[in-house]
Amino acid sequence: MKEPFHLEKTEKEIILLEKLNELSELHFNACEAYSKMIKKSEQEIIAKSIIDVPFLPVQLFKSMELKSIPDEEVVKVLTSSGTSGQTVSKIYLDKNTAISQTKALVSLMKPVLGEKRLPMIILDTKSVLKNRKSFSARGAGIIGFSNFGRKHFYALNDDMTLDYDGLKKFMDEFGHQKILMFGFTFMIWKYVFKKLKEQRIKLDFNNAILIHGGGWKKLSDEAIDSLSFNQQIKEQLGISEIHNYYGMVEQVGSIFIECKEGYLHSPSYADVIIRDPISFENVRNGVLGLIQVVSELPRSYPGHSLLTEDLGTIIGEDNCKCGWKGKYFTVLGRIPKAEIRGCSDTFQEGE
Amino acid sequence: MKLKEIFKEVLELDETVNIEELEYNTIPQWDSIGHMSLIAELEDVFDIMLDTDDVLDMSSFSKAKEILGKYDVVF
Repeated sequence: MKEPFHLEKTEKEIILLEKLNELSELHFNACEAYSKMIKKSEQEIIAKSIIDVPFLPVQLFKSMELKSIPDEEVVKVLTSSGTSGQTVSKIYLDKNTAISQTKALVSLMKPVLGEKRLPMIILDTKSVLKNRKSFSARGAGIIGFSNFGRKHFYALNDDMTLDYDGLKKFMDEFGHQKILMFGFTFMIWKYVFKKLKEQRIKLDFNNAILIHGGGWKKLSDEAIDSLSFNQQIKEQLGISEIHNYYGMVEQVGSIFIECKEGYLHSPSYADVIIRDPISFENVRNGVLGLIQVVSELPRSYPGHSLLTEDLGTIIGEDNCKCGWKGKYFTVLGRIPKAEIRGCSDTFQEGE
Repeated sequence: MKLKEIFKEVLELDETVNIEELEYNTIPQWDSIGHMSLIAELEDVFDIMLDTDDVLDMSSFSKAKEILGKYDVVF
């Protein structure tokens, strides 16, 4: 997993397909619920191309306990965020899957962050890590990205106010060098950006690289997209480099990171497929549809091929101006279920 | 030996744990969060900066000795 953005289409199709087929077979043999579903839907376990690999709807992890390992091998349970009262996804990890997730993330971030671990500001509160046996999506993200940082500083107090004094101290010590900032999109927007704007405080983090993810659904009232988010954050916090990423707790480690052109990229060990929300047929580039994600990482649970509830568009493959290979795409967000019908022919984006 | 003391203190190990044989994720205290604290302490005490790959490779006590050896520290 040394070069995450160098594989071209034909080569990737062969290498990734073989790994996905191996995983389908593994889960078919190790997870009873998975094998029942595959048998019932009469799908082929060994697919002839990546688009034919059987997929599960991601919501299934909310209603079922899906795992391909015995209970005693579970080392960590990840849960999706979800507002209170909502059922959450449960993802069971064993030692090997947890390790390969971390390693994949490292290989992916190296082209962006380099080899050296950077002084790191986490735009969140430390209390999200309270329960060590079970991490929320936020906790899992923070821990995963913490490997790229050192001298970790949590910028939010437990009551979600900004720790100005701590920030100032941190910047006095490390402000002259490159630093890493990490946080969840809606947390940054609500508890950092808006507070600073209200109080008319502008910061100067011009040595910082900000990585943020977690989706836009909690910001739907704000009608904000990736481009204007980046712009406004740059303006208020003085950050020079910002990368959004798309990823989910059901496939931790395989994330899709925004390149300097503003597009999300699929790395060599994962891919995206866009499907028509009604027929589930694979649609051509430029057409909006439901995002399916495949990844070679999930071994302890059958999550290597998942149909999400997110809508997105593939812009192109192997020819992004940024130089990274692989499919590049945009995510529009999550459209309420009632509105899914018909949206595929209303929205289009350039090819 | 300094390194053993650091492991013992950061991971809150009791006397029954054989530190020489200790591996990552085999006890509740040495999980991803414990690992982060361990790395931070090692960097502070030995005044070094570990590379990302070394942070991830440090999957056992003996591996820790091997990796720290590369950084010319005495432990």
